[in-house]
Amino acid sequence: MSGAVDIATVWAFIIAFAVFIYVVMDGFDLGLGLLFPLFPEKSDRDVIMNTVAPVWDGNETWLVLGGGGMMAAFPLAYAVLMPAIYTPVIAMLIGLIFRGVAFEFRWRTQGERNLWDVAFAGGSWLAALAQGIALGAILQGVHVEGRHYAGGWWDWLTPFSILTGLALVVGYALLGATWLVLKTEDELRDRAYHLSWYLLFAMLGAIGLISLATPLLHIHYAERWFTWPNVILTAPVPLAVGGISALLLRSLIRRQDSQPFFLSLGLFALSYAGLGISMYPYIVPQSITIWQAASPQNSQIFMLVGVAVLVPLILGYTAWAYWVFRGKVKAGAGYH
Amino acid sequence: MFEGFDAVVLARAQFAFTMSFHIVFPAFSVGLASYLAVLEALWLWTGREVYINLFNYWLKIFAVAFGMGVVSGIVMSYQFGTNWSAFADKTGPVIGPLMAYEVLTAFFLEAGFLGVMLFGLERVGHRLHFVATLMVATGTLISAFWILSANSWMQTPAGYAVNADGQFIAADWLKVIFNPSFPYRLVHMVLAAYLTTALVVGAVGAFHLLRDQHLAGPRVMFSMAMWMAALVAPIQIVAGDQHGLNTLEHQPTKIMAMEGHFDSHPDGAPLILFGLPDMDAGKVKYALEVPRLGSLILKHSLDAPLNGLDTVPRENWPPVPVTFWAFRIMVGLGFLIFALGLFSLLARYIGTLYQSRLLHLFAAAMGPAGLIAVLAGWFTTETGRQPFTVYGLLRTAESASPLAAPAVGSSLAAFAIVYFAVFTAGVVYLLRLMAQPPHPGEQGPSSSLPARAAGITPAVEGVMR
Repeated sequence: MSGAVDIATVWAFIIAFAVFIYVVMDGFDLGLGLLFPLFPEKSDRDVIMNTVAPVWDGNETWLVLGGGGMMAAFPLAYAVLMPAIYTPVIAMLIGLIFRGVAFEFRWRTQGERNLWDVAFAGGSWLAALAQGIALGAILQGVHVEGRHYAGGWWDWLTPFSILTGLALVVGYALLGATWLVLKTEDELRDRAYHLSWYLLFAMLGAIGLISLATPLLHIHYAERWFTWPNVILTAPVPLAVGGISALLLRSLIRRQDSQPFFLSLGLFALSYAGLGISMYPYIVPQSITIWQAASPQNSQIFMLVGVAVLVPLILGYTAWAYWVFRGKVKAGAGYH
Repeated sequence: MFEGFDAVVLARAQFAFTMSFHIVFPAFSVGLASYLAVLEALWLWTGREVYINLFNYWLKIFAVAFGMGVVSGIVMSYQFGTNWSAFADKTGPVIGPLMAYEVLTAFFLEAGFLGVMLFGLERVGHRLHFVATLMVATGTLISAFWILSANSWMQTPAGYAVNADGQFIAADWLKVIFNPSFPYRLVHMVLAAYLTTALVVGAVGAFHLLRDQHLAGPRVMFSMAMWMAALVAPIQIVAGDQHGLNTLEHQPTKIMAMEGHFDSHPDGAPLILFGLPDMDAGKVKYALEVPRLGSLILKHSLDAPLNGLDTVPRENWPPVPVTFWAFRIMVGLGFLIFALGLFSLLARYIGTLYQSRLLHLFAAAMGPAGLIAVLAGWFTTETGRQPFTVYGLLRTAESASPLAAPAVGSSLAAFAIVYFAVFTAGVVYLLRLMAQPPHPGEQGPSSSLPARAAGITPAVEGVMR
């Protein structure tokens, strides 16, 4: 039995890891779509697209691993949560379709190129907003009876889920802006710096609002964060947020191109850790724990072998692909 | 809206619709990835410019098709949870790991090397670029392996047990993965993907040869495609026959629906060529049939007895007309593809492969035949195993999410609008690319990325190192 407990926890971390990698990797390229309307010049947009064209597909694969891995490792949670966040999931999928095809389609046409730029921006907004709303909808808890979701198909829509939706949009936009600081130069980079300022403060505001609102959702969250001795473990999180924000501000002031993106990832990591602290050990908050949702041990072990061998390999060749396309992307001629 | 509809029917319509759009892209890109690997290998081996031109030409087409496959595939992976949550809960422990392995061994491999394959030729050098192409091609095949294993398990479940929560669990993973119908389905589908690509490549080659018989690129692609059709179509017919015999053993009801056998035939069943299956009346109207040929094909004996749907309770009948007709479309197209292959061999033998307008017209018309045959084949096998999601064990009606019809109907309508808009545009772009002949000095998608020496910005590299 204790073996099962351990493997379920290991799998909770694996799924959390996959989702986190997704959030930071697709986060910055969704962020570029969010910022697209602020860069109306075609030459700027071409450069922005080219900073992620070789890697976006790999970024999105982590989403498939998060979803597929959850069905395999925690089928009950997958079966309960997906109907609960039905509309945001469908909206996210449709958003991802529009922005995904835009990467190729916008090069394949002259006349309608702006249309696919609209699809790229609109799809990114829809997907980012839907992901944030889905997160809020899960955090606020869903109505479960037996092994089924028992709520309605609009239960996800609350002020809290709208707040988390907007917060994720702000966060992704910050990642996108700092990515542009890293990958572009001259005037485009200068504007990205400018945007990063506003977005950093907006993100800190969003983190603050969600941190205030979450303990009000459920007594469990408040107890988790504010009771002794949990405070010893939870207090460092907001302190670290403050520290990293200060470093990020400094790098924006000193214009150290290579730093803001990675410091923004740090902010995401801390917010994500905070989320994990709130939720653990529930996978469907306040209803289903990771142990209740876990697949039988032999399913989890069967996959664990693959994960242990393959994920390091995947990280290795993904890093290689980023390495191949390292450096600043310049505005270039020769587009079709 | 949608209040009067059955949520399960809407969910099935949604799966069928999104799946039908999705499957054509992987079917095409599995074959095309291998074709690209062959072209690049020939280029590296012979150094002939025509091969790199063809490689770059088809690479641009691959990029568009692959993108559409990816985005429509993400929809599929979430649909198990959104519309089929009871299925996800019950079968997740068995088929979830198969799909997780598909992501880990195939999707990441494809996605990780795709960027280098599309944009990286100048950056990584020829050999490493060829490795990237091989990785993408291998990834598409590994993907086919896992997803067909998962699908085959739903058709012919094996190696499982059922736990106290009513979930299927694996008792023997090797039996789960290599379940009885899997080897047949894998061979049949991969060959279908290769044929599909060959027919598209052949049609594009034929289209340009019809305008100008002397173009080097179209000549090479047409010749390669016709070799593929001539060699693989007969193998596919044998593989299809073997797959059918396997189905007769494990899913006899599906064969009854495919053959339109409502009645049992104790001394030799006919082969019904055409007719209108009527499920209410329990017979095939206006049947055009050859006596005893059905038994000969399925049992390899003229008077072997064959059971009909009259031995199966009505609530377990598949939708016979769909299965019956989808099967005939697939088989009919299969024989047309076989005929095209034979025609090309004849033309090649008498030396008119690049001159015969009739052959080129035939090949151009057959361009979509593989895609349609793949769809018809999937309709045959997926409708033929109804009314079950896990054959004989879990009914489709018990697999659906506890959702109201308006939710499922609205998402179906949204997908329909989005898919028609997006994929119509995509197909137009593909056809536009194909309408241009490959040029000397053809550029790949890399021309959209400014080629420049990497390593000019030490600050960034310092961080990334």
